[in-house]
Amino acid sequence: MYDLIVVGGGPAGLAAACSAWDSGLRSILIVERDRQLGGILNQCIHNGFGLTYFKEELTGPEYAHRFVELLGKTGVEVRTDTMVLDVTADRRVHMTGPKTGYRVEEARSVILAMGCRERTRGAIGTPGTRPAGVLTAGAAQRYVNVEGYLPGKRVVILGSGDIGLIMARRMTLEGARVLACVEVMPYSGGLTRNIVQCLEDYGIPLYLSHTVTDIRGRDRVEEVTVCRVDERRRPVPGTEMVFACDTLLLSVGLIPENELTTRAGIEIDPRTKGAAVFENMETSLPGVFVCGNVAHVHDLVDFVTQESQRAGAAAAKFVREGEAAGESLALRSGNAVSYTVPQRIRPQNVDKSANVFFRVNRICGNSQIAVTAGGRRLAAFKRDRLAPGEMEHISIPKKLLEGVTGEITISIEEVRE
Amino acid sequence: MRELVCIVCPRGCHMKVDDELNVTGNFCPRGAEYARAELTHPTRVVTSTVRLEGGEYRRCPVKTSAPIPRELIPRLMETLSSVTARAPVRVGQVLIPNVLDTGADILVTREIDEA
Repeated sequence: MYDLIVVGGGPAGLAAACSAWDSGLRSILIVERDRQLGGILNQCIHNGFGLTYFKEELTGPEYAHRFVELLGKTGVEVRTDTMVLDVTADRRVHMTGPKTGYRVEEARSVILAMGCRERTRGAIGTPGTRPAGVLTAGAAQRYVNVEGYLPGKRVVILGSGDIGLIMARRMTLEGARVLACVEVMPYSGGLTRNIVQCLEDYGIPLYLSHTVTDIRGRDRVEEVTVCRVDERRRPVPGTEMVFACDTLLLSVGLIPENELTTRAGIEIDPRTKGAAVFENMETSLPGVFVCGNVAHVHDLVDFVTQESQRAGAAAAKFVREGEAAGESLALRSGNAVSYTVPQRIRPQNVDKSANVFFRVNRICGNSQIAVTAGGRRLAAFKRDRLAPGEMEHISIPKKLLEGVTGEITISIEEVRE
Repeated sequence: MRELVCIVCPRGCHMKVDDELNVTGNFCPRGAEYARAELTHPTRVVTSTVRLEGGEYRRCPVKTSAPIPRELIPRLMETLSSVTARAPVRVGQVLIPNVLDTGADILVTREIDEA
């Protein structure tokens, strides 16, 4: 019987395991399906990781390495090349791997940190033929950065998520010609800094409010058609542009990988597509926690680390003290807020302050983030600018939550200038 | 007056720079420094990979130890394509010292053991 089993050895699982160890647990197992720890960071060779957490600029593999080193100083047990098949409600973890065979391990607490995967062509239903050369940006990233293959020479990128932008630069540096980055929304889904240093630096045009309406080619992609879309995201006839290319990269969103979570009977929030969680990242199943991209898709690994450390500490507390007590408050998404994590807060179980992550559903200028309950304003936070591509974070002091019952609403109030 | 977005960190401050290179809208001093450099002589940290022999993987990720002039990036990529590393490699290991006389080194960014 382990105190804690962590499913997934990426940035979330690593930080959670280290934090649980620091919080006093001594029998911890990380199960990772890849051959190495580090998860997706190993193929994210660009820099910009760690500025918040380490106060320095690291590449993905370096960021992962920092935590692998920390983990090496603990007694946490690691099983790589091992796939978790099932997590049951009584916290039995079924796994299989070439060295150990099929095993069932029991745990007093479980942290699910499986990360997310990319949406594919099937998920967005792009018309056209089905030639080779249509792949997700993350698959291309693995080919280029790890396997050493350049998957195309003339490239169009659909979607302006960060991985798409990063791959626009990467493919250009490796000798491919990136003809366009096409985004269906009127704003980019990626960080502004990536628009600047990945597209503008290399003169790659970004077509906002445009999408791919056709893919042509028999064996290999030969051309794609790009069209402007109206406010309801429907293609506008007569605005077609045809790009002769051999590759279409898709950067059209990420989906938390929650097969295990769902099978365990844990409640999923349809907005985040991750488990609905309490303030300590605990799911609807007591003793089972989630953190990182499996809970909700993050833009910055630094926030994954912070969230996962909270989950790790919370798992240790659960093993020590049992189930958390107290009433819970529901967090409601008000004006311009698309979701919050956590979805529920138990004020009694909040340490000093409750951390809330959320995203807005449109670009907002000079704004106040208002926290209200029963018509009463608990707190307000100023922001110069809010964008859907950049996750927001507020911290609500515990004392403000005292005496509040029912629900709390987070909403955006734009300041008229 | 030029407007630009800071790329020093993911915060992405929207900054304004006047003709005397006075910067506003920056959250931290690194932003002002970046804005002035960007308008006079833009530099970038470059990350890429080099060929790797004898390792578990075929590519070894690398970076420049400091930002280099942006116009040198194409030449840097040519230099990197002529380099082959040998496993094992360690994080921080110098593959090319003072690359293209920039004062920056090419550093390994991932631990890769011998296959």
